Amino acid sequence: MTDYLVNATGLKKSFGATRAVDDVSLQVKAGEIYGLVGSDGAGKTTTMRLLVGALLQDAGEVSVCGYDIQKQTEQARAQIGYLSQRFSMYEDLTVLENIRFFAEIRGLSQTEWLPRSMEILEFVGLGKFKDRRAGQLSGGMKQKLGLATALVTRPRLLLLDEPTTGVDPVTRQDFWQLVIKLVSQPASLNVERSTFNDESLSNTQHGVSVIISTPYMDEASRCHRVGFMKAGKIIAEDTPSNLRARLNGRVLELRGSPINVLRHVAHQDEDVEDVAAFGDKLHVRIRAGKSELVMGRLPDEIKSAGGTLIDLRVIPPALEDVFIALSER
Amino acid sequence: MFNSRIFSVIRKEFQQILRDPRTLAMIIIIPIMELFLLGYAATTDVRNISMAVWDQSKTTESRALLDAFRAADYFILEYFVGSADEYQALIESGDTRVALVIPPDYDRRLIDGNAQVLMVLDGSDASVGSTALSTARLVGQAYSTEIMGEQTLLSGRSAPSAPVEVRTQVWYNPDLDSAYFNIPGVIGMILSFITSILTATTIVRERERGTIEQLIVTPIRSWELIVGKLLPYVILGFIETFEILLIGHWWFGVPIRGSAALIIITSGLFLMSSLGIGLFASTMANTQQEAMMTVMMFNLPMIFLSGFFFPIAAMPKFLQIVSLAIPLRYYLIIIRALLIKGVGIVAIQNEVIALVIFGIVIMGAASLRFRKRLD
Repeated sequence: MTDYLVNATGLKKSFGATRAVDDVSLQVKAGEIYGLVGSDGAGKTTTMRLLVGALLQDAGEVSVCGYDIQKQTEQARAQIGYLSQRFSMYEDLTVLENIRFFAEIRGLSQTEWLPRSMEILEFVGLGKFKDRRAGQLSGGMKQKLGLATALVTRPRLLLLDEPTTGVDPVTRQDFWQLVIKLVSQPASLNVERSTFNDESLSNTQHGVSVIISTPYMDEASRCHRVGFMKAGKIIAEDTPSNLRARLNGRVLELRGSPINVLRHVAHQDEDVEDVAAFGDKLHVRIRAGKSELVMGRLPDEIKSAGGTLIDLRVIPPALEDVFIALSER
Repeated sequence: MFNSRIFSVIRKEFQQILRDPRTLAMIIIIPIMELFLLGYAATTDVRNISMAVWDQSKTTESRALLDAFRAADYFILEYFVGSADEYQALIESGDTRVALVIPPDYDRRLIDGNAQVLMVLDGSDASVGSTALSTARLVGQAYSTEIMGEQTLLSGRSAPSAPVEVRTQVWYNPDLDSAYFNIPGVIGMILSFITSILTATTIVRERERGTIEQLIVTPIRSWELIVGKLLPYVILGFIETFEILLIGHWWFGVPIRGSAALIIITSGLFLMSSLGIGLFASTMANTQQEAMMTVMMFNLPMIFLSGFFFPIAAMPKFLQIVSLAIPLRYYLIIIRALLIKGVGIVAIQNEVIALVIFGIVIMGAASLRFRKRLD
């Protein structure tokens, strides 16, 4: 028995000739928010579906709270709350009817479901919409209903597959506040776990663990740990600050005009790996150990190309810079 | 056995059915529509056929023959013509179906005992043609028997060479009313069509709308999900059965002679087959449209080979063998026998066994194919 709430090893899944997930292993501890990031088609959703057992893996194993997802499926799933990328509530049922349905088939009794549903609906802020049809909710409210449904049976593990894609920034912020509250304030929502029978885990005081997939870097930076996926593999996995540290001193910020000239000159430099425009600024990524050199010669090169340099400095790398650097490798 | 998870699925299913006006209409209105369509329009009873008459004899004897045709109730003597061209034109235009030609020497030959009349029939509609033909023969035969009898009596000869007389006795449905035959068939057709389409689409809809993904990750077991999804349609299937039976009985006068318990039990067995087909189709389709088409693919040949429209005995041997694998065939035999003949279980036991076997096979195959997974 491990200390990990989720332990996945050597997961593989192909669809025809496409290797959607290719030897993925990941471990998540109790109370941890794990971010799965990567571009579209990197294999995030397939990984999530393997973790929850909605797909059968070609190879590898997944255990959740010590239960094998394919062999002890029902016990494992009793510990999981899952919010799929696609809205998967019944649009012709009301908010309360939806949450009741999923609460009951996940084992809440006739007397338990209503107080628990109302508690969780208040928590996500849908209390006063309980009689509205799910199909008539806004995009953000639909995601909150999905979250409430995932949480209604007090799962130990929450799997959120791109929950904020296509949701406005304010609602995204709301949504993250809910997730952080869940992880940090176990007492308010997650104390009673009468169904949980693994002693080593039930004694821990941590809140739920969250695995969240997202294409947004600001969201990735809120996670405790981030796994970066590309072509079905996790090619980097660390805390956001450790990931950023990989590019320490290697990202320069350039301001000046005309921006096209600056971009062109930076591109020409042999030690420049990448140039990305951020509004009126350029982020220039330099080969390891070459920052001093590049900073020395760039101003002259820009001047001789007819451009004006206003500002040139080393900036702390953003997760986005790391993301782009990893994507290219 | 019966747990709260199944009950939750059933309640949810009913909530959705009640909120979907199209499904509701399909469930309630289509049976009534089909019942009236097949009860009235699809009748194969041939009556009131228009007839043209070319009476070249115009004698008391020829008029007596025409009266015999009038009295038979099958023909309306609508046109009286004076030439072959005239009745030919009437038949070609479709204004009349039958022409009766009485020769000029009819009265004379009648006395000689070798009178002949010509009956011209429009054979382009086979069912009308054949009914008209057999009716005309019957009328002619009856009439000639009558005349012979009279002649024998008049001539005072003894031991007449009386022609063979066939006396018929029609059992169960003495008027040969086709509603008796069709309405039990409608029950079978509705049960197989509507329930299989509804079950296939209700399962595929979960996949199409993505709700299956949330269902998959709950601890509900596959069989609980199947039972919960199917039971509401079992209930609806029974409601439809009663609906058709009541309208058939009160409106069309179809008798219900067999035991109600047997009707319910055998209908339930047949429902199992239809639901199985729906479930099976749902495992092969990804969209509701695909599901609908798949069910049609199963159902259309089934309807035609079941003996509903065309008698199985008249089919080529190969199709007769194929029809053995069609549950509707057995149910039609059972329900017709139960309603119209009022038989007991012994008379239909083989058909009941066939239904049980088919139900178990299709349900088993569908359940094995049904995966609570996305791939």
